[in-house]
Amino acid sequence: MSVIPVDAAAAPVDPAAVAATRRRLLFLRNGKSRLGIAILLGFAVLAVIGPWIAPYDPSALSRDVLQAPSGAHWMGTTHTGQDVFSQILVGTRGVLVVGMIAGVVATALAVLVGVSSGFLGGLADEILSALANIFLVIPALPLVIIITGQLPDAGGITVALVLAFTSWGWGARVLRAQTLSLRKRDFVEAARANGESTWRIVWFETLPNLTAVIAASFVGTVTFAILSQVTLAFIGVTSISDWNWGTILFWAQSNQALARGAWWWFVPAGLCIALLGTAFTLINFGIDEFVNPRLRLAGASARSLRRRGIVPRIGFTAVVRDTGCPPSGPALDRPALALSKEATR
Amino acid sequence: MTPEPVLEIRDLAVDYGYGASPVHALRGVSLTLHKGEVLGIAGESGCGKSTLVYAATRLLPPPGVIVGGEVRFHGDDGPVDILRMTDQELRAARWQDTAIVFQGAMNSLNPVYRVGRQLTDAIAAHRPGSSRAEREERARELLTMVGIAPERIRAFPHQLSGGMRQRVMIAMAMALEPKVLILDEPTTALDVVMQRQILEQVMELRDRLGFSVVFITHDVSLLIEVADHIAIMYAGEIVEQARASEVYRQPRHPYSHGLLHSFPPLHGPRRPLAGIPGSPPDLQALPSGCPFSPRCPEAMDVCTDVHPDLGPTAAAEPGRRVACLLHTEGRTLPASLSV
Amino acid sequence: MRFVLRRCIFYLVTAWAAVTVNFVIPRVMPGDPVQALINRYQGQLSTDAVESLYALFGLDPDASIWSQYVDYWGRLFAGDLGLSFTFFPTPVADVILQSLPWTVALVGVASVLSFAVGTLIGVMIGWRRGTWADGILPVTAFLSAVPYFWLGLIAIMLLAVTWPVFPTSGGYDGGLVPGLYPEFIGSALWHSILPAGTVVISSVAGWILGMRNMMVTVSSEDYVTVAQAKGLPERQVMFGYAARNAVLPQVSGFALSLGFIVSGTLVMEMVFSYPGVGFVLYQATGGQDYPLMQGIFLIITLAVLVANMLADVAYVLLDPRTRQEA
Ligand SMILES: Nc1ncnc2c1ncn2[C@@H]1O[C@H](COP(=O)(O)OP(=O)(O)OP(=O)(O)O)[C@@H](O)[C@H]1O
Ligand SMILES: [Mg+2]
Repeated sequence: MSVIPVDAAAAPVDPAAVAATRRRLLFLRNGKSRLGIAILLGFAVLAVIGPWIAPYDPSALSRDVLQAPSGAHWMGTTHTGQDVFSQILVGTRGVLVVGMIAGVVATALAVLVGVSSGFLGGLADEILSALANIFLVIPALPLVIIITGQLPDAGGITVALVLAFTSWGWGARVLRAQTLSLRKRDFVEAARANGESTWRIVWFETLPNLTAVIAASFVGTVTFAILSQVTLAFIGVTSISDWNWGTILFWAQSNQALARGAWWWFVPAGLCIALLGTAFTLINFGIDEFVNPRLRLAGASARSLRRRGIVPRIGFTAVVRDTGCPPSGPALDRPALALSKEATR
Repeated sequence: MTPEPVLEIRDLAVDYGYGASPVHALRGVSLTLHKGEVLGIAGESGCGKSTLVYAATRLLPPPGVIVGGEVRFHGDDGPVDILRMTDQELRAARWQDTAIVFQGAMNSLNPVYRVGRQLTDAIAAHRPGSSRAEREERARELLTMVGIAPERIRAFPHQLSGGMRQRVMIAMAMALEPKVLILDEPTTALDVVMQRQILEQVMELRDRLGFSVVFITHDVSLLIEVADHIAIMYAGEIVEQARASEVYRQPRHPYSHGLLHSFPPLHGPRRPLAGIPGSPPDLQALPSGCPFSPRCPEAMDVCTDVHPDLGPTAAAEPGRRVACLLHTEGRTLPASLSV
Repeated sequence: MRFVLRRCIFYLVTAWAAVTVNFVIPRVMPGDPVQALINRYQGQLSTDAVESLYALFGLDPDASIWSQYVDYWGRLFAGDLGLSFTFFPTPVADVILQSLPWTVALVGVASVLSFAVGTLIGVMIGWRRGTWADGILPVTAFLSAVPYFWLGLIAIMLLAVTWPVFPTSGGYDGGLVPGLYPEFIGSALWHSILPAGTVVISSVAGWILGMRNMMVTVSSEDYVTVAQAKGLPERQVMFGYAARNAVLPQVSGFALSLGFIVSGTLVMEMVFSYPGVGFVLYQATGGQDYPLMQGIFLIITLAVLVANMLADVAYVLLDPRTRQEA
């Protein structure tokens, strides 16, 4: 029994649909997640080539002090004449690397704790899920601050590990709920009846069906880690010598960029964070609709529905009399529909 | 006395899916329910029985969409087409004209409201003049009617057993004494004794109040016993329609024949049990011609080309219709369908 | 009752865990931040302060870990969290007590407001899906991705610097003496609009999205169709049947995200120099004031636990299934 019943994320997962993920990553057909992935890829490219294409050394001082954006300095300069654009470019790598490391480690922890507690049940489940809930309830930021504040060197990797350590609770909780519902499924029961070992069942029967949920939890953790890391840098708890978007904001804030009206100093960094975060959220939209078939509108775009005058409502079935397409006859097997068909079987 | 119709369904067509290639779950279904009659609908799982009654009440959930036909309800002031009603008209008419007990009544109750509240809120919505005490009284009466202690009015759904929940749903459907009562496998979670008891209760009420019943069940022998008329559905179409006793004695469609012989009769002479070979077709890829032809023991060459329409039987029995090419003029019926 | 009992045990365990984490962290950290501190404050630290530091950080080589632990709990129950360096020689407990009401008020108002508004919007767009309302979703995605503090910066820039409508910082007019009189309260409210507003805007997106998805999920439950079949008024079906059930996971989500919201608000206080715990934490990190930082962590955690309990009570009141006797 979960401590608090019913989770949004614990909505029924359709095994057939999840199996389909493995075959053809259907959620990539979702417009929202495609946009998200495109933005993410853009940032990933910047993370790799950023330091090379940066027009200036981000730390180099110059005589162009507090310049508004211009042809020479696309995003203006700081009070010591550093080029903000170069700082953003160079800082991208740190942000992404920390986010990814934290995401990978936290997701691994979440899978370990969530799946085992869902599978073992009994006392082990009680203890593990209580542990996950404790980490969920304790406010992460003050905890991270006291940990990183007392570390002699709070560089990128350290911050990533601390963030991972404090942010795995949510994923573990969702995964546990999913594992519990999977465990009752026929195919897992069948594997049990066949005498397959627990670890074999976990590895080959359960984990593949959790892929989408694991992906969602990974994406969620990365978003959280990026936001936290930037926040920590902004407060000045972590090393301020590495460039990342948070350090730019730290320097902007501590040098009264606001009062001096130097909007170019802090607007670009924030927009980059927001854009990256939006990309992750959009990817998660796609995964959500994939995992929970009820969120999908059976192969139709909102626009085409409006054009046909259909409002998909509960309790008032739409009546359309546009006999444009002749009834019956073998239909084309469109992917979206193939999926919804599987969902009803 | 010519029976008056209450609910007339004409050429109802329903699709699932809003995309470019929807599933045509119902294709031109016509059916008439008369006053005071019990109409049974039978057919294999997935043939569209629930879809039919949901569409006729406009309760079909997305992605279902009605793409044609009409559903005429004969109320006190003349017939109205349910499919052309505005939301307000529909709301006002619901539960008074047609009440429905859903398949899987397990999830039909709101888990956070007490049973009493759910019984009375429909009464309150349709009879704004009624007092609270009156509504409570009615709720108790309804519960007693379905064999549940009236004190259970204070219970939450999770405190009731599955069968009790189904009975609450039946009680709820009776709350406004509707003209048409639709029961979609209402008794699946009940034991045989309780099942009979409830049905007898409903039938007794029908005799007293004179409403009509649409009854869907997989238990064909039960259906034949309680229904006056029976419609047999296959893959989203009606293939045979007749008086219950006639269908039982002499099915005219090969599918009805197969369906009747896959259940042991409750009464009467024993007969050999036989299933129907094969499985229901994929609605997405229906065979051409008669949808039943691939499984039909009597299939002819034309069956794969020509789609049969619902029409009179070969013997032109009154009130009987069948959709099978065997009944076209000049063909001889096989022995199994002609006795 | 079993549900309540389980939750109580859970809170006790969590509180114990928070205290223990607080005890363990300084002892397992590499390096010796405290010795560095003592050196830095050479001569300025009273023996009192040094002693409390020793106790807090376990620098006393004679005491075993266990006796240190017991000692630590003893001090805690006596309300002794050590002395603050930044506000030397004020005890940590006093510093926190002074700033806590500000934070509680800010977080309380902002998070409840954002929950209510977000849930309501979520109900609306979840109920009317497939209409223009779905267009709100990408906007919420963007809003939920913006860091709280950055939105705060933008708000200050636009509404306090460029168009000076609101004050840029602080919790009340500097000329007033804190107290419970109308002028002061008015000034405090005026100062809180911008920070609270930014917290609401940046956290509302999550509630909208969560509620929208739950509405869509719950709407396909049979009981909603039954409610429509009964011909109940639209509002009754939408709120009484769909939203009433969809809000349950939302409430447990509220409990679980409190820690996150509080963290966000703390940073917001830093940006607005709001006289709450967050701003004190900011000063503490700047001055490497470990006793203060740890005290704040502890108090914030306990406060979040209390808020969680309130959310649990709400949950029990809302969901009859939890009230079932085991
Ligand atoms: N959401 C949906 N999307 C696509 N097809 C659907 C959907 N819902 C139902 N169908 C299809 O419509 C057909 C009719 O379903 P319906 O529920 O009416 O069957 P039924 O006769 O009531 O079956 P049962 O006896 O099992 O209740 C089925 O073949 C089903 O696959
Ligand atoms: Mg059905």
